[in-house]
Amino acid sequence: MSQIELRDIDRVFEIGDTRVHALKSISLTIDAGEYVAVMGPSGSGKSTLLNILGLLDRPDRGQYRLEDREVGALPPDQQAAVRSRRIGFVFQSFHLVPRLSAAENIALPMVLAGIAPAERRRRVAEALADVGLEARAQHRPQQLSGGQRQRVAIARATIMQPAVLLADEPTGNLDRATGAEVTALLETLNHGGTTLIVVTHDPALGERAGRRLLMEDGALSDDRRR
Amino acid sequence: MRIADLLRFALRAAAGSPLRTALMALAMAIGVAAVVVLTALGDGARRYVVNEFNALGANLVIVLPGRTETGGVGIGTLSASTTRDLTLRDAAALLRADGVVRIAPLVVGDAEVSSGGRLRTTYVVGTTADFARLRRLELAQGRFLPDEDLERAGSWAVVGATIRHELFGAKPALGARLRIGDRRFRVIGVLAAGGQGLGMNTDELVLVPAASAQALFDTSTLFRILVEARERSVLARVKAQVADILAARHDGERDVTLLTQDAVLGTFDRILAALTLAVAGIGAISLAVAGILVMNVMLVSVAQRTGEIGLLKALGAPPAMIHRTFLAEAGMLSLAGAAIGVLLGFAGATALRAMFPELPAYPPPWAVMAGLATAMLTGIGFGILPARRAAHLNPVQALARGM
Repeated sequence: MSQIELRDIDRVFEIGDTRVHALKSISLTIDAGEYVAVMGPSGSGKSTLLNILGLLDRPDRGQYRLEDREVGALPPDQQAAVRSRRIGFVFQSFHLVPRLSAAENIALPMVLAGIAPAERRRRVAEALADVGLEARAQHRPQQLSGGQRQRVAIARATIMQPAVLLADEPTGNLDRATGAEVTALLETLNHGGTTLIVVTHDPALGERAGRRLLMEDGALSDDRRR
Repeated sequence: MRIADLLRFALRAAAGSPLRTALMALAMAIGVAAVVVLTALGDGARRYVVNEFNALGANLVIVLPGRTETGGVGIGTLSASTTRDLTLRDAAALLRADGVVRIAPLVVGDAEVSSGGRLRTTYVVGTTADFARLRRLELAQGRFLPDEDLERAGSWAVVGATIRHELFGAKPALGARLRIGDRRFRVIGVLAAGGQGLGMNTDELVLVPAASAQALFDTSTLFRILVEARERSVLARVKAQVADILAARHDGERDVTLLTQDAVLGTFDRILAALTLAVAGIGAISLAVAGILVMNVMLVSVAQRTGEIGLLKALGAPPAMIHRTFLAEAGMLSLAGAAIGVLLGFAGATALRAMFPELPAYPPPWAVMAGLATAMLTGIGFGILPARRAAHLNPVQALARGM
């Protein structure tokens, strides 16, 4: 049994009168703890695939099983619960709430999940230590560098100990050196057992992944393991 | 999400855009302040009228000879056809009624009043010592008619301020002789100027004992009897007893008319209470306008925070939770605005009282509560649409907007 099983996933967008077939009958299985890079040209459907894996979007057809449970067709509230507990997101542009401090941004998923303040403080302190930002806990996002912001975002993505970490161009807004740091951080998490799925344009980042999926025109054109 | 976290999150979001928050709170504050000040004004006017009536004697039962079908106090009711005289003995008998504090018979007519060669025609009122207490008449000099037997035609007179001035000028009035019609009186008191009430200006009155006035006008009937009850609550009972006593004395004939100011006062009270409600309604309209502003501002807020809403969804917030955070924000802003509005309203009412000391412009508690409740309801009510819009945003599109 695989952790993620996609079967015959279709996603069609209607923009004006044109129908864009973003995903064409995608079938895919990913095991727990895998490190997967999704690559391909712009508009090939990689972001749509990631959104469907993250339950932010619904397929028009096909099944999505996560940890042996059909999640693609769950009602919104239950999908939200799955996102809260099992899935972490890392975005290209970090998506930190500007009015909240680094510590508060990291605590946000726990606040939404209703976890008690004492437990939150303990876990935030741990997470800040893990990403090396203990000294920046009370800083606002705009007081942090890009690399620091992405580390805060990664701490936030993993604070609920998700099974799957989805990263959309995590190094896209960073210079090479900071990008490498962030990649290393993500890989450390992957070594700890978290499934890591990264959408990227960066061949260097793609090369590091244990498995590379190549997408073209809404379909998987290559699936290569190292 | 815990309640405390929900409130803190909403509060931080509100504090995150101070201008927007201040505008919303200000709109609410103005609306609530309008309700508070307008109702204070309306209720102040109502209290003012009620107080004035009470000063006139809201505890009075007025007995008129003759039976009329009309209600209300006015000169028109004086022309009722008399079937039987209302006598001084009738008046004295009314003191037996339970709950009656005092009575005052009235005999009224106009007569020529002269002194030292000066002459004028004015109203002469025959009554008793209790009339002064009943009508709360103030004396400028001397004393009022003495307490004496009702039937005794004493020759003392009390004059109003204008009469004193016109007949005596700078000369002392107390002790002076006064001729009224063909009878002689001695002035024992002068009323304080500015007395008003029951359609009579006491400045132009000459008051003499009731029996003297009857002799003067050659009549045995009374114009009215004023009966003062202990308090307003016993007025109905006093009225019934007065009717019974007079009927018993008039061979079972109910040939008098009994008036109370209660009916008039009640009508004024109701009219002004309705007026207060109406101005409260006008204030409530400004609250509705504030509510629409709340909606507008919240919609802008949803638009500005689209990226954040997408993030909250990605982090596992179900639609209902996003709905709640926006409603909590609207509710908190409305509450803060309403609280400021109540303070402003009370300040406004205080200013009104300072400007018009005779107007008891206190905001009625019901209006304050209603203003607060309406503010909360409109704030949250108009917050529903923006909150729903936020809750149902497509997370993929929302996230694409950035933070």
